[in-house]
Amino acid sequence: MAKVFFTPNLQRHVGCPQTEAEGRTVGEVLARVFAENPPARGYVLDDQGALRKHMTIFIDGHIIRDRTRLSDVVTGTSAIYVFQALSGG
Amino acid sequence: MSDTLLVSTRKGLFTLGRSGTRWQIIKVDFLGDNVSLTLTDPRDGRCYAALDHGHFGVKLHRSTASGGWEEIAAPAYPAKPEGVEENDMWGRPLAWSTARIWALQAAGKDQPGVLWCGTLPGGLFRSADHGASWQLVRSLWDHPKRKQWMGGGADLPGLHSVCIDPGSSQRIWIAVSTGGVWFTNDGGESWEQRGEGMRADHVPPELTHDPIAQDVHCLAQCPAAPERFWVQHHNGIFISSDAARTFSEITGVKPSVFGFPVVVHPRDPDTAWFVPEIKDEKRIPCDGKLVVTRTRNGGKSFEILSNGLPQSHAYDVVYRHALALDETGNRLAFGSTTGGLWVGEDQGNIWSCVTHTLPPVYAVRFI
Repeated sequence: MAKVFFTPNLQRHVGCPQTEAEGRTVGEVLARVFAENPPARGYVLDDQGALRKHMTIFIDGHIIRDRTRLSDVVTGTSAIYVFQALSGG
Repeated sequence: MSDTLLVSTRKGLFTLGRSGTRWQIIKVDFLGDNVSLTLTDPRDGRCYAALDHGHFGVKLHRSTASGGWEEIAAPAYPAKPEGVEENDMWGRPLAWSTARIWALQAAGKDQPGVLWCGTLPGGLFRSADHGASWQLVRSLWDHPKRKQWMGGGADLPGLHSVCIDPGSSQRIWIAVSTGGVWFTNDGGESWEQRGEGMRADHVPPELTHDPIAQDVHCLAQCPAAPERFWVQHHNGIFISSDAARTFSEITGVKPSVFGFPVVVHPRDPDTAWFVPEIKDEKRIPCDGKLVVTRTRNGGKSFEILSNGLPQSHAYDVVYRHALALDETGNRLAFGSTTGGLWVGEDQGNIWSCVTHTLPPVYAVRFI
C-alpha cells in the first residue's frame, strides 16, 4: 500500500494523520483515504474533485502532472506527500 | 441599541462589546485565519462564520450552544456535467468551485432554518437545515444570461447581496458584481433581471444601460418599505422605489459618489449612509479625509459626517460588507482595510475610533 503524508499545516484545521491506502493512481489512493476521513477531502480537493489550486502532491519525489483527474500512477511502495504549493519567501 | 459587534478580518474574527462608553475586544476566534463574512441569524441567535483558508479552500463554521464553533458544510458546486465547457471572462475554464463566500442571509420566520449564501464565481446556494447542507440554486446558475456575468473587483463574478422581503421569504433580490440585480417571486424557482436605469460608463455604449452590465457594489433594502432599494454602484449611487424594477441616479454627491457599502435605515427608507472614495482607479478617501455621507431625504441632499473621523492622510478603504447599522438605525460601525474600526452614534453625527490596529477588515456586523 502507498504511504500518504499530509502537510503539518493542515493538522490544525482537520486531522490528517499519516496513513496507507491501496490504489493504482493517486486519485484512487486519496479516494480511499478520504472515505475514511471525509472532512479532510474538501481541504485538499475542490468541488469537482480536482487538486486545489495552491496545493501540490508529490509521488516518490515527483510532482503529479494530472491535477484534474489525479491519474498519476502509484505503486504499492510509493510515498505520497500532500503539500501546499509554496513559492517565494 | 446593539452593544456587540462582529468584525471579520484577514486574520481572525473579533467580537467587540460596549462597556460604559467604551468598546473593547472581548473575544477572538479563528486567529490567524481569513474570515470573510459572518451572519447572526436573528431567528435563533446562531452565528455563521465564513473562512477562506487559501490553500485549503472556503469553509463555513457555526456557533455552538457552548460558545464554541463547529465546522459545517460549505456550499459546494455539483459535478460539472461531461461536455459542458464554460470559460470565464479571461478565456480560462470556469471552475465550478466555491472561491469565496460573499453573502450570507437568513430567511424570515416563515421559513425557519432557511439560509442563503452568495459566492464567487456567482452561484447562489440555499440551505433548509441551518447550514448543515447546501444546494446550488440551479434556476439561477443555469439561466442562460448568467454566463454574461463578469468579474468586478475580482476575476470571477461575485454574488454579494441577498435581500429578502420581510413580508415573504419567497421574494428575494440578489446583486452581482458584475451582473446587476435579479429577483425571484417564488423562492428561487425562477428569476428575472431587474435594475433598469442604472448606468455603467466603463463598458461600450451599447451596453451602458444594459441591466446585466451593471457593477452593483452593494444592494440595500429598507425592511419597513421593501419596495425601496439603494445601490452603491461602480458608477455612483442609485435609488429605486418600485422593488428594483427601475432606478434613478443620484448625482453631485460630495465628496464622491464612488464607494462600496450602503446601509439604509430600518424604518426610514429615505435615510441611507455611504462611505465615499476617489473613483475608481485610486480607491482611497478624497483628500485623505475619511468621511461618511448621509441622506435623510431620499437623496435630494447629503451631509458629510466627519466628527471623530481622521481628516488628514487617512487611506482607509471600507469594503461593501464593512459598514453596519444596528436595528435601531441610530448606531453605525465600520472597519477599514488598514485595520481601523469606528463606531458612530446619533446616526453618524459623532464617531469614535475603537482601534486602528486590527487586521484588514472585511465585514462588520452588529449582533
